[in-house]
Amino acid sequence: MKKLGLIIRREYLSRVTKRSFILATLLTPLAIILFMVIVGLIFSYQGDDVQKVAIINEAQLTLKPADLNGNQNLQLEIVDQDLETLRAQFEELDYNGILVIPAVKNIYAGSHTLYYYSEKNPTLSVETDLKRIVDKRLRDYKIAALQIEERQLKALDTKVDLDPEPIAAEEDSGSKITNVVGAGIGGFMGFFMYMAVFIYGMMVMRSVMEEKTNRIVEVMISSVKPFELMMGKIIGVGAVGLTQLTVWALLIPILSFLANLFFGFDMSGGGPDPTAAMAEIDADAEEMQSMMVQMANEVQNIPWLRIIPLFLFYFLGGYFLYASLFAAIGSAMGDDYGESQALTIPITIPVILAFYIMFVTLENPNSSLAIFSSIFPLFSPIVMPARLAFDPPIWQTIVSVLVLAGSSVFFIWLSGRIYRVGILLYGKKVTLRELGRWIFSNQ
Amino acid sequence: MEYVLQLEHITKAYRHHLAVDQVSFQVPKQSIFGLLGPNGAGKTSLIRIITTITRADSGRVILNGQPLNSKHPTQIGYMPEERGLYKKMKVGDHLLYLAQLKGLSKSEAKHRIQGWLEKFSIEDWWNKKIEELSKGMQQKIQFISTVVHRPQLLILDEPFSGLDPINTNIIKEEIELLRQEGASIIFSTHRMEQVEEICEHIVLINQGRNILEGRVQEVREQFKENQFDIRFAGTLSDRLRDQLHILDEKPNALTLQVDSNTDPNQLLHQLMQGGLSILGFQEILPTLNQIFIQQVEHQTPLV
Repeated sequence: MKKLGLIIRREYLSRVTKRSFILATLLTPLAIILFMVIVGLIFSYQGDDVQKVAIINEAQLTLKPADLNGNQNLQLEIVDQDLETLRAQFEELDYNGILVIPAVKNIYAGSHTLYYYSEKNPTLSVETDLKRIVDKRLRDYKIAALQIEERQLKALDTKVDLDPEPIAAEEDSGSKITNVVGAGIGGFMGFFMYMAVFIYGMMVMRSVMEEKTNRIVEVMISSVKPFELMMGKIIGVGAVGLTQLTVWALLIPILSFLANLFFGFDMSGGGPDPTAAMAEIDADAEEMQSMMVQMANEVQNIPWLRIIPLFLFYFLGGYFLYASLFAAIGSAMGDDYGESQALTIPITIPVILAFYIMFVTLENPNSSLAIFSSIFPLFSPIVMPARLAFDPPIWQTIVSVLVLAGSSVFFIWLSGRIYRVGILLYGKKVTLRELGRWIFSNQ
Repeated sequence: MEYVLQLEHITKAYRHHLAVDQVSFQVPKQSIFGLLGPNGAGKTSLIRIITTITRADSGRVILNGQPLNSKHPTQIGYMPEERGLYKKMKVGDHLLYLAQLKGLSKSEAKHRIQGWLEKFSIEDWWNKKIEELSKGMQQKIQFISTVVHRPQLLILDEPFSGLDPINTNIIKEEIELLRQEGASIIFSTHRMEQVEEICEHIVLINQGRNILEGRVQEVREQFKENQFDIRFAGTLSDRLRDQLHILDEKPNALTLQVDSNTDPNQLLHQLMQGGLSILGFQEILPTLNQIFIQQVEHQTPLV
């Protein structure tokens, strides 16, 4: 036990004190935030030149000042001249385009065509903005002409909701938003597990390979058992992973909060042209707000006390299972990484499959595929965390936990058998069949 | 005689071949013991069994009177032929780590390591990274890591490969010192002149089998061919020449072949009576190198 502690300590410290590790741990959140800031800036970029458009308002629509000057990149001006004069004087008049809104001939017409005259075709944003403004005012015009009330129109739009309710009366399963919130949290957890298994599993594998090609391994196992060496490495790297993730879990929210403070826009990747969009959804603002509150409630309602320990369990179980397999493969690899890389395929395939299954599961958390995958131990570390927020049936959770715990122990044992043979074998290309034989050989 | 290590009928088979076949030998306490054999003879397999890295299929290994058990690694120091260290670690930390794995407390380990670094006048290397050292220097560190826990049994596989003559001598002296302090050393090598110089006992392994064993001197005696080298002054008369079986003749030097029952004193007497002044008289014993080659080739059918 003392030796295992020493090995873990060395594996941990030798990584954590490396400059490259410290940089990666600190810079990754910065890079993520920087990326989000840049994406945010790109989305809020509206073009730097102002487009001046003359409007010939044959339809006699009532255009409001906000329509004309509300957008800093688009300036509209209602003109009295007719099209011919404008086109003739286009060079002098300093317009980028002329918009003709033809008179409304048939009030019941479902479409209305505008004409835009310019040297170049209008940009997409100019086109959308013009169409949006005219559409809105054409609607006002039609409402007035048809003598109906806005209120009546609204009454026609009914939003139909479906709120899932359990048969048992006493417990409230929340609303449809549970699904959205659950999918978000679940997807994040699943993705996170997928990354963790790959990054830290590969780290274990590379390190085993290095020890073997360095020939330090023979010195080591004259002092400690191969199994101790392997476990020390797996636990040490696991602790490195937890350290890194903890730092990220703390830094990312702090940094994004700071970035929000400085750049002042929504980090969730706010849509294009938020000011104009705001005016548009003016009426929906109230609903939005209530949705946000509800969302926040849902997040609070999620049984975190149950999810967090379970999530940790799946992290550890999945990590041990896959890291030990990666260690076994690493021990079988020769000096030539490229040649032996084929050996990793049997491990990477289930990880990738699990990742895709996770997405299907998010849409359909109670399908039989989801249930199978959350019990099958090669998939469950990635799939089950994604389902946790959906409150899966208790028996599935228990079975899944038991199966994963048992399989982790089993795979660690299995990998230990392969590892102890593999690390002492040099200069031979190893096949998967041979790995299988090692399990039963007595070294 | 007391033995530090006794091997009894050790057998180890891998899937495609028998690596060690019924090997038995004893390593006397406080001796330097040569484990010899051509490449692939089974030396490494045998060493791995002794160091508890692998287990024998059958047979017993007895260390200090006890069957090999899991506490024994702390009493063994093993320097493999293919050696390595963690390149990124600092010299001091690395030695500390390996010493602690051998069961030393941290303070004790630190104390001893500093002693060794001073001995090799490399005290200021504590904070150097392994990768900054030359290969020969790394080997010194490796040697320290092998002996720092004062093992009773030291197994050195080609310990001098890659060392310059000066460092070879330093390590040789240290090995001798360790022996005097009570350690027993198993020394595995192909360099027969080193074996002759250092070892008292040898065992020769070929194709997994023990083919020769004993004190170096006795082994050489066993393979002697009754030949003598003589340096002399004076002239060799034809009469004397006829009496002798001369293998080689140089000015003032002869190599003679005699019967196995010839008494050296008698031979000497005969030569002196023949009118020669004897300046040198020496029996030729085969070198271990010759014995090694002869034995291995004799046993291994040449393909």
